[in-house]
Amino acid sequence: MMEIGLNHYLVLSTILFAIGLVGIMRRKNLLLLFFATEILLNAVNIAFAAISHYYGDLTGQMFAFFVIAIAASELAVGLGLLIVWYKRHGNIDLDTMTSMRG
Amino acid sequence: MFEAVAFYLFAFLTIAMFYITVTTSQALYALTALAAGMIFISAFFFILGADFLGAVQIIVYTGAVMALYAFGMMFFDTTREVKEKQGNKFIVVGLATLAAVMVVAIFVAPIVSTNMTAFYPMVEGAGNTQEVGLVLFTKYLIPFEVAAVMLLVAMVAGIVLAGKKMDLSLTLMSAEQAKDIDDKDKKVLS
Amino acid sequence: MELYLYIALFAPLVSSMFSALFTNTPKKQFVGIVASLLIFTAFGSSTILLSHILGGGDIVHVEMMTWMATGNLYIPFGFVVDQVSVTMMMVVTLVSTIVHIYSIGYMDHDKGFNRFFAWLSAFVFSMMILVMSDNFAGLFIGWEGVGLCSWGLIGFWFHKEVATWAANEAFIMNRIADLAMLIGIFLVYWNTGSLQYDIAFPAMATLDPSTLTWMGIFLFIGAMGKSAQFPLHTWLADAMEGPTPVSALIHAATMVTAGVYLVIRSNELYDLIPNVGLFIASLGAFVALFAASMALVNRDMKRIIAYSTLSQLGYMFVAAGLGAYWVALFHLMAHAFFKALLFLGAGNVMHAMHDELDPFKMGGLYKKMKWTAIMMTIASIALAGIFPLAGFFSKDAILEAAFVEHHFIIYSVILFTAGLTAFYSFRLVAMIFHGEERYKLFGIDPHEAYKFMLVGMSPLLILAIIAGALKGTYFEMITGLLPNTEYHLHSELTYWIMTIGTQVFVALAIMYAYKKYAFSPVSVPDGTSKMENSFMYKLLLNQYYIPYAYEEYIVKPYNELSAALWKVDQNVVDASVDGIANIFYKTGENTRHMQSGNLSTMLKWMVAGTVALLSLAVVFGLAARYSGEIRTILSGLGV
Repeated sequence: MMEIGLNHYLVLSTILFAIGLVGIMRRKNLLLLFFATEILLNAVNIAFAAISHYYGDLTGQMFAFFVIAIAASELAVGLGLLIVWYKRHGNIDLDTMTSMRG
Repeated sequence: MFEAVAFYLFAFLTIAMFYITVTTSQALYALTALAAGMIFISAFFFILGADFLGAVQIIVYTGAVMALYAFGMMFFDTTREVKEKQGNKFIVVGLATLAAVMVVAIFVAPIVSTNMTAFYPMVEGAGNTQEVGLVLFTKYLIPFEVAAVMLLVAMVAGIVLAGKKMDLSLTLMSAEQAKDIDDKDKKVLS
Repeated sequence: MELYLYIALFAPLVSSMFSALFTNTPKKQFVGIVASLLIFTAFGSSTILLSHILGGGDIVHVEMMTWMATGNLYIPFGFVVDQVSVTMMMVVTLVSTIVHIYSIGYMDHDKGFNRFFAWLSAFVFSMMILVMSDNFAGLFIGWEGVGLCSWGLIGFWFHKEVATWAANEAFIMNRIADLAMLIGIFLVYWNTGSLQYDIAFPAMATLDPSTLTWMGIFLFIGAMGKSAQFPLHTWLADAMEGPTPVSALIHAATMVTAGVYLVIRSNELYDLIPNVGLFIASLGAFVALFAASMALVNRDMKRIIAYSTLSQLGYMFVAAGLGAYWVALFHLMAHAFFKALLFLGAGNVMHAMHDELDPFKMGGLYKKMKWTAIMMTIASIALAGIFPLAGFFSKDAILEAAFVEHHFIIYSVILFTAGLTAFYSFRLVAMIFHGEERYKLFGIDPHEAYKFMLVGMSPLLILAIIAGALKGTYFEMITGLLPNTEYHLHSELTYWIMTIGTQVFVALAIMYAYKKYAFSPVSVPDGTSKMENSFMYKLLLNQYYIPYAYEEYIVKPYNELSAALWKVDQNVVDASVDGIANIFYKTGENTRHMQSGNLSTMLKWMVAGTVALLSLAVVFGLAARYSGEIRTILSGLGV
């Protein structure tokens, strides 16, 4: 219990990932949806870093590093699109985005 | 002992922060909680000895990402309460848990089943930043450069999407046209 | 000669195709004329071929192309013109030419004029294939082809319920018989290894008699269906719902004689199995009497002639069964001429009487329709077998054959039938053309048919008169192929007694018919007279209750069985197919909500999909990891 192993980190990562997914599914505001995706990415990052640490391999950290880079660029583009949408429609509510209705 | 206390403390804090992020109806609270959660995560990186990653986490998330979100929120009307229609909570939570467990299980499976040997073992006697630098600029040089290009592209895209009249080129326009546009903008603003 | 063979064969096909082009357009006179000309071309070619064979020329045998060649099975589209087939070709093309010409007038006011010619020519083509083929497979194609065309022509007026019913009845009855025929053909192939006549028949000589008997029986059942022998005879009378030229061509002169042709063609087979031959002859004699008896009381002009046809087919089978194949073929030919003539005459009468078929409502038509009356009278005399018309020679030969072969029961039956034939033929003639003018009661104004129709019929008239004179020439020719069994009575005296006796008997029957129906008042039967209530009369009028029995004991149980099986079909076959379709339908219906366009819902589904894929990955990963153990467990379970 007191000795913190890889499993502890993995369990934490799982919990955070689940929280992120819940957020993705229940959020209707696009901006808050973005927050949830950030949580997902960070949950995975923790797992990467933990694995890297317990196996003495740097690859995990490298991946976490790239994940952060991707998160940043996704955010930049995503926010840009969000602003365009808001300018056009005046809101960023998911329920109003029904242009994909078949 | 110290490690265990720190882990449990930060684990609790992170989970709490993210829980608030996901459940609160105030966008501002969500943003604040997210920022706090990000910082708490960096604590795990420090505990795990990934000092460089922890630093990057703080800089990128709390510095860049949160600032971007904050600016973004200025555009939107986020002060009012966010209304959320609720579906079946059990389905949402169940699906999320299931997916999370399985993702982790799949990641862990090779680690548990085989004796993994490190491709890029930690270098003895060097600091974490130095180790990261060694690997990043040898084995992962090209992905690093690509990531840099990607960030650039994302930046340009963000500017183009968010900026006004970005489909017009001032350098290709004649002076009058440019002035026209300028005047119109002034009218809109005033 | 091959060229003429192909012309004779394919001119009807061209005619049919040509007419078929106009089936959906209004009546066009030239269609009938072109079709008639093309059939006449076929007739001309047949005549040339006949003169070639008569002049002692070789048998024309061509192989147009290979049809099937797989392993040991080799079936070509081969055609042969020998003495037998050329006779049939002459009969078919001659009668069909006349019927085509006649139809131009007869179908004058019909909407389906063009369609009629398409079917009629198609029939001629099928019949030509039937008689010209040099193997059983080709014969079978023609056999089915004529069946199909017969169906189309009986049901030509398809808006009439009776006509479609009769067409289906004919078709289905023929199918039943064709099944047996197909079995017969298979037997021939299995035992001789070929379907070619010139290979199969010589090979039969070495076969086991019981095998041959089965072959003969099955082939004869096929012939029974097409030639409407008992018990498959009911369709022929019902087939009279078709237009009269069709009855003349198909149900008197050509198609129904295909069964006789088959027996004649297989003479080498039936020579080896005299017991089956005797059965054929007995059945023929029975049918002759049976059909004639039904004709005695019937009140439908065309049905009377149809029963007469049936009866005459019985005669042919008597001759064929007794081994007198050439006599059978001769009677077939003579019969074709006078029976077609009789039918066409009946067609004229029908036309004149506005489709009235009951001879009791006619009478005295001689004054109005002189030429038709003469033709029908002569045809009836020929049918009755009075010297010197065609029927005398052929029927007399059959009687002689039966007598000489010492089958006295058969002889007396067919002799008695000859008297009946004379009686019912002249009952019909007397009622139509003589006596009171009963039609006036019904307000009908009869008129003679078109001139060209009468002229068209005249060749048949001439042949009905003189065909007997050709007997010698015919005998010379046909014995080149068929066994030349001549039937001469030992004593000259017996011959004369027999011949004159027969003639007197027949003449008496004719006189009785005239006395009863022409010179004494005839009243329209209304079900009150004593005779009409007698048991025999009812029995005969209801065709021995055979159609009733078929309806009651075959059709109804079959319907019930079908209804029961239909339930099975609905609940098992249809239900499973519908079930599968329903699964997809329901799946689509229920998953439609996924595509609501709501992004939040879509995200939920996306996560669900991810979970599904991940579980698959986990399952397969575990299976791969523990494959050894799984295999052990499965082998322990005995898989």
